Amino acid sequence: MQHETHSHGMNMAALGRDKQDLNLANESTCLDVPGLSLFYGDKQALYDVRMSIPRQRVTAFIGPSGCGKSTLLRCFNRMNDLVDGCRVDGEILLDGQNIYRKGEDVAELRRRVGMVFQKPNPFPKSIYENVAYGLRIQGINQKRVLDEAVEQSLRGAALWDEVKDRLDESALGMSGGQQQRLVIARTIAVQPEVLLLDEPCSALDPISTLKVEELIYELKSKFTIVIVTHNMQQAARVSDYTAFMYMGKLIEFGDTDTLFTNPAKKQTEDYITGRYG
Amino acid sequence: MSKQSFKSWYKSGEPGIWMSGGAVAIAVIMTIGLMAVIAVRGLGHFWPSDVIEARYSVPGQPVQMLLGELVQEEEVTRERLAGAGLPIPADAPEFMRRDLFKVGNRDLTGADFTWLVGDWLSEHKTPEDIVVLERREWGNFYGRLVNVQEAGKVVAEGDAAWAELQKRIERVDGLQAKLNKLHKGEIGAINHGLERLRLQERRLELDGQLSDQAKADLAAERAELNARYQGLEAELVALNAEFDRDSATFKAIDGREVNLTLGKLVHAYKPNAMGPLDKTGFYFAKLWEFLSDEPREANTEGGIFPAIFGTVMMTLIMAILVTPFGVLAAVYLREYAKQGAMTRIIRIAVNNLAGVPAIVYGVFGLGFFVYMVGGSIDRLFFPEAAPAPTFGTPGLLWASVTLAILAVPVVIVATEEGLARIPRAVREGSLALGATKAETLWKVVLPMASPAMMTGLILAVARAAGEVAPLMLVGVVKLAPTLPVDGNYPFVHLDQKIMHLGFHIYDVGFQSPNVEAARPLVFATALLLVLVIALLNFAAVAIRNRLREKYKALEN
Repeated sequence: MQHETHSHGMNMAALGRDKQDLNLANESTCLDVPGLSLFYGDKQALYDVRMSIPRQRVTAFIGPSGCGKSTLLRCFNRMNDLVDGCRVDGEILLDGQNIYRKGEDVAELRRRVGMVFQKPNPFPKSIYENVAYGLRIQGINQKRVLDEAVEQSLRGAALWDEVKDRLDESALGMSGGQQQRLVIARTIAVQPEVLLLDEPCSALDPISTLKVEELIYELKSKFTIVIVTHNMQQAARVSDYTAFMYMGKLIEFGDTDTLFTNPAKKQTEDYITGRYG
Repeated sequence: MSKQSFKSWYKSGEPGIWMSGGAVAIAVIMTIGLMAVIAVRGLGHFWPSDVIEARYSVPGQPVQMLLGELVQEEEVTRERLAGAGLPIPADAPEFMRRDLFKVGNRDLTGADFTWLVGDWLSEHKTPEDIVVLERREWGNFYGRLVNVQEAGKVVAEGDAAWAELQKRIERVDGLQAKLNKLHKGEIGAINHGLERLRLQERRLELDGQLSDQAKADLAAERAELNARYQGLEAELVALNAEFDRDSATFKAIDGREVNLTLGKLVHAYKPNAMGPLDKTGFYFAKLWEFLSDEPREANTEGGIFPAIFGTVMMTLIMAILVTPFGVLAAVYLREYAKQGAMTRIIRIAVNNLAGVPAIVYGVFGLGFFVYMVGGSIDRLFFPEAAPAPTFGTPGLLWASVTLAILAVPVVIVATEEGLARIPRAVREGSLALGATKAETLWKVVLPMASPAMMTGLILAVARAAGEVAPLMLVGVVKLAPTLPVDGNYPFVHLDQKIMHLGFHIYDVGFQSPNVEAARPLVFATALLLVLVIALLNFAAVAIRNRLREKYKALEN
């Protein structure tokens, strides 16, 4: 793969460059949405969304507040089930399997489709226990296995060197950026296929944001990543594909360069040029 | 002050500050005053005050000698004294002093407190040779030591007698400890064993399995226990003889002599000969005795250790029962129950439960736990003990269970509030890692709600520890010197009746035959109860603050 040669310290310009020959039609599909509507009580929040999210690529959802991008994201691991009065009409296929079918093991689905939230939400436990949490849930308790998984995950989240000497300290004592990377480490520790990132940098300072963006870039070789962001520059920097949503509808979905430089729809153009949103 | 400036003063909010500050000041003064009153009146009791010897001359009657401790003095009108039948002369002043003296010697005079007209007392003295005896029965004795005897023969007289008495009291105290150990330890174990054998036999008989073989086995065991008792009995007789060997003769102020075996004495001391340092030492020894000893003489003397132990034990068992129950109820209400009219009604009901008068719980505990549950337990598991009830009678377990029901609303409400405060983000974080709702609850939510649970629990404990009314119905009694925990299987006797500090206050204060003697003990016990509960409250605040600190970062 062409991205693998990139090192950590690449600059922003380099991040955006090699997306030239991406084409949605050539990608293998990870999450397929053949048509999905969602209602909060009587209010419809998503209108017949259809899209295919490609495997091992970064897909960004952009759009103004309340356009339904987070709602759509939370459909992929059925987080919306927790909302009272939320009803989903349609299906989502993960590797060809409908995740809304009867008898779906939601806990197992959520293990396969990990999620990182807007605000860092580490557990009030030690750094080590935060990362080991998902594995312990699965019944893995051998120290050797856990040690290895914790180290690998923390390395994967580019956090190992910063915390390796204080694994037993509370995760609540870390900075916001570190906490968010810890949450990412915690999520990848259970080896999911998909990573859902719900505005992961909105609560972080610019330096931490940069670190998380670099991390996203690293992670896409292993995971299918879907990121919701308010920040169009961020979408342009980190994503391969971008979906623009407006008022619960998917307006346009295509490779990031094309969408930002030559949008097909008037609404998309208005939004990215800052005419509303 | 002009109208204008008054208005601006009013608008500045100053009056409000003064009023709220005043309210705080009044609250503080009342709290301190309450504590001070019970502390002073309760703790002063243990001080060995001087014993006064004086002449008491009632007009028209022969002069009497008085020997006792001044307890209280007050000014009363002449008419009142005359009304009480005292021969008050016509030229007496309008107000006269009336003194309450503790004169002891109840066996000789019939009462250990007496009111005297202070103006008729003269020649106050505090002779150093006055001896105060604390006795196991008949209260205090005030008088002088005449001689010390061994098996009826005088061994010391005069000045040498006091030292000899001290030495022999020490010896008797040693014997007393041995006797206690024998009674409570080994003989107690034998009695327990015999009772167990009796129940075993009865049970076999009821089951129709009392074969000759079983009978023989039981008889053999019984014989062995009896043989052990015979051995101990000889020892007991010898010890008792030793115990009763020494005696001493004392002379009361009216000249009558009393011979007391030393085993009947708890302390003998000469308060008038003691310096401040000696008195302080004696004071703390008495205070410790109050905390660590069993009550004597219808609870008016001795200590209150069984009451402290009973209160703590009952509260602990209550805490063990109430925590899981309250937490589970709160978890279901908050996490699993569908929020709607039904849960609202249940919440209101739980809150109202906290306002039900405690005595109602007592009645419920007696009717439901003691008679229904306890009676059923007896029929099912202890038929051999019938007709004597085992659990079908008030006892430690039922007192704890009743208090648990009484305190459970506090735990439910506090835990629910704690659960509601856990940020949604943390729950979602756990669920997003593939944890089920139950795993999330158990591993993340409940630990984070632990400060609230702790607060609820200890508030419940503080409430339960101070409760008295329901306990009178479900297991607390006036006197139960045997502790519910001992060395005999099953070690914790949940069916046993217990003593309780709160009930002890009521009993000593209102049911005691010796009101004057009991009064300071009421205050001392009240002080102790307040301290125990205050301690629990401080612990609650400290623990809550510590746990809050631990989880603080997540609150915002």
